[in-house]
Amino acid sequence: MSEFLQQLVNGVTWGSVYALIALGYTMVYGILRLINFAHGDVYMLGAFFALFAARWLGAARDPNPALALAVLTLAMAGCGAVGFVIERFAYKPVRRSSRLAALITAIGVSLLLENGGILLFGADPKFFPQIVPPRNIALGGGVTISNQQILILVVSLGLMLGLRFIVLYTRVGKAMRAVSHNHTAAALMGISVDRIISFTFVLGSMLAAAAGVLVALQNPKIEPLMGIMPGLKAFVAAVLGGIGNIPGAVLGGLVMGIAEVMVVGYLSPTYRDAIAFVLLIVILLVRPAGILGKATAEKV
Amino acid sequence: MKQIGWLIAVLAVLIVADVAMRRVLSPYQLQVVVLCGINIILAVSLNLINGFTGQFSIGHAGFMALGAYGSAMFSLHIGARWVAKLQALGLPEPIAAALPLLMALLLGGMLAALAGYLVGLPSLRLRGDYLAIVTLGFGEIIRVLILNIDVIGGARGLPGIPGWANVFWVGVGVAAVLALSRNLAHSTHGRALFAIRDDEVAAEALGVDTTSYKVLAFVIGAFFAGVAGGLFAHFLSYLNPNSFTFIKSIEVIAMVVLGGMGSISGSVLAAILLTLLPELLRPVKEYRMVLYSLMLIVLMITRPQGLLGTREISLAWLRRRATPKAA
Amino acid sequence: MSAPLLRLESVTMAFGGLKAVADLDLEVRSGELVGLIGPNGAGKTTVFNVITGVYTPTAGRILLEGRPIQGLKPHAIARHGITRTFQNIRLFSTRCCRDNVCIASHQHTRASLLDTLLRSHRFETDEREMQARASELLDLLGLAPWEDTIASELPYGQQRRLEIARALAGKPKLLLLDEPAAGLNPQESDQLMHLIEDLGPRFGLTILLIEHDMRVVMGICRRIAVLDYGIKIAEGNPAEIRSNPHVIEAYLGEEIPADLGAGG
Repeated sequence: MSEFLQQLVNGVTWGSVYALIALGYTMVYGILRLINFAHGDVYMLGAFFALFAARWLGAARDPNPALALAVLTLAMAGCGAVGFVIERFAYKPVRRSSRLAALITAIGVSLLLENGGILLFGADPKFFPQIVPPRNIALGGGVTISNQQILILVVSLGLMLGLRFIVLYTRVGKAMRAVSHNHTAAALMGISVDRIISFTFVLGSMLAAAAGVLVALQNPKIEPLMGIMPGLKAFVAAVLGGIGNIPGAVLGGLVMGIAEVMVVGYLSPTYRDAIAFVLLIVILLVRPAGILGKATAEKV
Repeated sequence: MKQIGWLIAVLAVLIVADVAMRRVLSPYQLQVVVLCGINIILAVSLNLINGFTGQFSIGHAGFMALGAYGSAMFSLHIGARWVAKLQALGLPEPIAAALPLLMALLLGGMLAALAGYLVGLPSLRLRGDYLAIVTLGFGEIIRVLILNIDVIGGARGLPGIPGWANVFWVGVGVAAVLALSRNLAHSTHGRALFAIRDDEVAAEALGVDTTSYKVLAFVIGAFFAGVAGGLFAHFLSYLNPNSFTFIKSIEVIAMVVLGGMGSISGSVLAAILLTLLPELLRPVKEYRMVLYSLMLIVLMITRPQGLLGTREISLAWLRRRATPKAA
Repeated sequence: MSAPLLRLESVTMAFGGLKAVADLDLEVRSGELVGLIGPNGAGKTTVFNVITGVYTPTAGRILLEGRPIQGLKPHAIARHGITRTFQNIRLFSTRCCRDNVCIASHQHTRASLLDTLLRSHRFETDEREMQARASELLDLLGLAPWEDTIASELPYGQQRRLEIARALAGKPKLLLLDEPAAGLNPQESDQLMHLIEDLGPRFGLTILLIEHDMRVVMGICRRIAVLDYGIKIAEGNPAEIRSNPHVIEAYLGEEIPADLGAGG
């Protein structure tokens, strides 16, 4: 029983990470009907920006919460900028083109980030500095949790609540929801569609960056291709919950995380990546709209 | 019959080409020519799915892998024995290997076609992006399966495949896929595929069984990808799952997109260009993927219809280009 | 009194809680030219979509020559002899006019896939017939000069005609026309009106027509059914419809079409 609870704790932690990344996918899809293939690579960039920020600030020499927070903030800001640039220079020009053109552009950006990363950072893994020294806390019943895991849970929850606040209770959020329904109508209401789209990308990229930093705390080996698998899994999570649906992304992320940890724990580690594909095929065949999604029909 | 005449002419040309190239070109140049041919088959076969029918398929490497490994296993365990027997009777190897190689390629193609059928079925319910993701997942699943099945070599790869493929056989493959694609395009069945791409609802309302045709596109496209895989296997004599990753699928997509989706001649041109380009960029190998991805992005932004759009290079088109316009 | 070609029995089409079509009974007899009118959102196109199999009705039956066809897929229904045009033009935009029309003949092809790939004699004859017939239809609809033009490059009025030519190529028993005169100026509407009137006797067709242009409807339809909020509120000949208080009331609040009260 205690093993199950331990797996659950690990699963929810990983699930929160997937949820953070999935939110970016779902927001962009909701607003542009585009699968942002490059999103997983923004997660990777988050980890690398944090690495450089940590080195620059010397956050590992004398670890303290303020420096760690600064590192996180800098990484999120950096990735927000990257998201903005990607949208403005790569996706905006193809907004009017066919869906396949947009998909291919997204694939191109993803490849660019990955291979650019290899060129700039080198393909070999780097060590992420310990800006938060690890400590294990016993929760009782044989279950332990590390302070990094607590951090993941707290920061994820905080960011998700923040996002929810923005989407539901601010004018920008309302504008985002309007644009995701209908660009033309939103524009006619006086909403600057371009700015809202940029904002969505920035938000999503910031969340992915946070995920990257949080994961780097726990798994300190980072390399330019580290975003591929988590990106894919987070995408599956978004589809699982209903792509375009924000609570769905969170739900999907948690399901994905728990399923993965359980499969690794109770079946075998070799199937770790396979479970994502299995979940994907199952949900697409059984309920393509996702758990919380609504199927939309085409008007004839 | 007109058909038989063409067939003999093409075969004769290919035999001559094969003999001539082996005399004149270095092994490295020969390899590039063969790879061009294999990529042409891959690009044109993908064009049938993406370009003609408008389906998003981004797991083409999976079909290629099935054809490669399927044909390789046949040749290794059955084909090679036949050839040995025929050689014992006095036949030289190229002649003896002809039928077994053909069988291997067809079997590989059919295995891939079966997979194409299974992958095409979800297209009943899924559109656009979702279908793309399923095909991507399929490609990855195939690769992971190959990695984990030891009897076909797994991660270590599959060595010792008889090297029966040469310029002639690759040429036959290219000729076959080009002829079939062209015949399909200028026919009612081809028009049905284009109709599905342009407006599926209208096509269905006018009597086109859209599901059957979408699946058909997948089956034919996958078949030829499998044949390409088989030729690949029998040329390199060694297979490794790393040749069939998502990157390979992207490379084929890039060829189709660069050439122009729906244009057979475009795919041919682009396949040749994109096979030669990495060879020319060898000095700057580390930049290759970066340049590649930049090319994809710039292409989509500036000219999403590719080089030829949906047009074809045909005799009529060349004639129009050749005659100077009236003053 | 022969059996009707098409009969809708208590057909209901509900989307969630909304009944786009409610309990509709409609009969169309062979050779008739029937009009289906009603304010915007009355459910007219939904009726077409239900007949052609785009939607499966929530309740009720649709009988073509006595055989139930509800629930069949659209291409099967097309093969049974019902073709249509669309409210928002749905041409095959990258193909030329002739190809657009040929595609509709696809269901009548005798050449198999193998015939096509090997270019057999059957394929060649089939193809020639298809192309010839397409040229004929295009000529009939005044589109001969645009035979090789890409559909998306046609002027709007010609695009509407191309949709009709295409629907005819399917050799239908029943032709459904969804607002064929939409966006046309009065002269074009007149020409179209006479054309449609001519189609029935020339091809042995039955036609069901949705239109907002009252001049066209009153001019050529022998019988008219009126829908409002998914319910049939009136049915009869043009004179009866014009003077029906329910119909006038349904259009109240909208600008009453000038032709509604006029003679014609």
